[in-house]
Amino acid sequence: MKKFNLSISKTIILLFLSIKPLYSAEMTDPIKVDWSFKGLTGTFDRASLQRGFQVYKEVCSSCHSMQYLSYRNLGESGGPEFTEAEVKAIAASFEVTDGPDSQGEMFTRPGRPSDMFVSPHPNKEAAAAANGGAYPPDMSVLVKARKGGANYIYSVLVGYEDPPPGVTLDQGVYYNKYMIGNKIKMPNNLEDGLIEYADGTVSTVDQMAKDVTTFLAWAAEPELEERHRTGVKVIIYLILLTTLVYLSMKKIWSRVDTEV
Amino acid sequence: MSDHEYIPKSKAAKWFNDRLPLLTLGAHLTDYPTPKNLNYWWTFGGILTFCLITQIVTGIVLAMHYVAHADLAFGSVEHIMRNVNYGWLIRYIHSNGASMFFLAVYIHIFRSLFYGSYKSPREIIWILGLMIYLLMMAAAFLGYVLPWGQMSFWGATVITNLFSAIPLVGESITTWLWGAYSVDNPTLNRFFSLHYLFPFLILGLVVLHIWALHIPGNNNPVGIDIKKPSKDTVPFHPYITIKDAFALLVFMIIFAGFVFFTPNVLGHSDNYIPANPLVTPAHIVPEWYLLPFYAILRSVPDKLGGVILMFSAIFILFVLPWLDTSKVRSAVFRPIYRQFFWILVVDVLMLGYVGAMPAEGVYLVLARVGTIYYFLHFIVVLPVVGLLEKTDPIPMSISEPVMTGGAEPSLARKLNEKV
Repeated sequence: MKKFNLSISKTIILLFLSIKPLYSAEMTDPIKVDWSFKGLTGTFDRASLQRGFQVYKEVCSSCHSMQYLSYRNLGESGGPEFTEAEVKAIAASFEVTDGPDSQGEMFTRPGRPSDMFVSPHPNKEAAAAANGGAYPPDMSVLVKARKGGANYIYSVLVGYEDPPPGVTLDQGVYYNKYMIGNKIKMPNNLEDGLIEYADGTVSTVDQMAKDVTTFLAWAAEPELEERHRTGVKVIIYLILLTTLVYLSMKKIWSRVDTEV
Repeated sequence: MSDHEYIPKSKAAKWFNDRLPLLTLGAHLTDYPTPKNLNYWWTFGGILTFCLITQIVTGIVLAMHYVAHADLAFGSVEHIMRNVNYGWLIRYIHSNGASMFFLAVYIHIFRSLFYGSYKSPREIIWILGLMIYLLMMAAAFLGYVLPWGQMSFWGATVITNLFSAIPLVGESITTWLWGAYSVDNPTLNRFFSLHYLFPFLILGLVVLHIWALHIPGNNNPVGIDIKKPSKDTVPFHPYITIKDAFALLVFMIIFAGFVFFTPNVLGHSDNYIPANPLVTPAHIVPEWYLLPFYAILRSVPDKLGGVILMFSAIFILFVLPWLDTSKVRSAVFRPIYRQFFWILVVDVLMLGYVGAMPAEGVYLVLARVGTIYYFLHFIVVLPVVGLLEKTDPIPMSISEPVMTGGAEPSLARKLNEKV
């Protein structure tokens, strides 16, 4: 009986491993990057997060919002970990609309760490209108919202190419081999040497793509480092407790003639 | 049922127990004679209780921070993930907890199918279990809508639209369910309300499920009736409690692995895109635990036919105790049924797989074959095999596992009653 069950379960597993999804729209598999935040104990590269924020601020943020983040998040542990003074300075560099005041008027003031990231457009419609009808998605959880996650975002950023012969593109549409259908409305905004990194790193397209993707991965999962750390502790604790309970069980069941 | 009457030691306890016999109940639960040969497939009842309580506790905390409004729901979930202390942990436990709940319930159901736990005298336990399972599916579906992502919205649209297949009144019923002319804010509001209600209905049914279980007592891997208490049984505490605790801890390690290291692997990435009624996702798929039924639904070209078949796939299980004609409970002694059992397992897994694939080409063919076989198993295989199968010799008792010569199950049962 046991033998039969085993062979059946093996068959099932093999069956499922051998079937690969046969369908997929026109797109190339994303490049696999060995991210520092992968794996059971993965953490973010602090310097890369800070550079990534710079790329976001100087390039992406002119179109993309990140409405679920606050400036204070930039100083919190597990993130870019800017100093308190740096976070205050970053926040203060943005104009925030506040109010109404006691006269019922809205007013603007320099941002504070507790403010949410200022969006480049007042609403979705305005964002779409300013970008040829295509709404640049909010990037707060973008890495979690795309199949392939960080690898996919990175691949799209470095995946711009001239369209192959025979492919015609409409005005404002670009060719990208990692996009579904190979068409993207976001132009290629990265070019070598585009920004001057505060830490002196050479800003190649690949470097900027990696840095900003790391930043977006953190933005989507700011709890990642704490989650990994807690997870390791929880699992070690559970294994120890399981062992103790197992031994207790063996001891208790030794009173009867049945194996457990 | 334990034979001896419980008598409280102190006068105060006796006074209380005479008015509300909670102490008697406690004593019953502790002494409850349980077959000593239960294997680890029997630990999933305890695991499921843990899952239900985990979902209720984490759910109550989430509800303190969640906002059931079409414009605010998605943001409030992000608020929980980012600003609520350990909000990410509570939400990931809740979302992965649903999957773990279903994993456990499927093992629990298939255990019942293998060992014939649904047969006389346990039909009511089985039916209550199916009602719990139905409510679980409803609760899970309602909960998946709450984050108001793309899959939430479109999943809700697909499932609620099923009701429009009902002739004449279908459209009206769908509008009534929505509280609007499409899935919209009123839909989200009522889904939240119902999502909070259902777990407590499940809890009530679980009490009945366990109550009904405690009348005949547990089935066991050998599937024979045993005298309780006897040398074939052990008291529930400490024997079963410690064993359930061990199994639960192993289960929790797997659970924690998902929560801490791959919290989103069982979900769909599209659900991190806010709901947009104007953009339909390329592939609308339900959560993995509903996929076999989704495959059955889509295997029929006619909408009403698909809906009827999908609901039949669940409701046929309610009459299972009367479809199975075999007197022998456990598949251990049923060489033919045992093979059909594993074919059914493969069939359901295959239906789950094709449910995740687009309904076209080879997948559609597989879905149709799988659906036909699913119904054949219950309508044809079970009654026929039960009548024709020559079962293996059945032991007289658990302590005496080998029985020389073939015993009639009824004879074994009779002899067991005399022991």
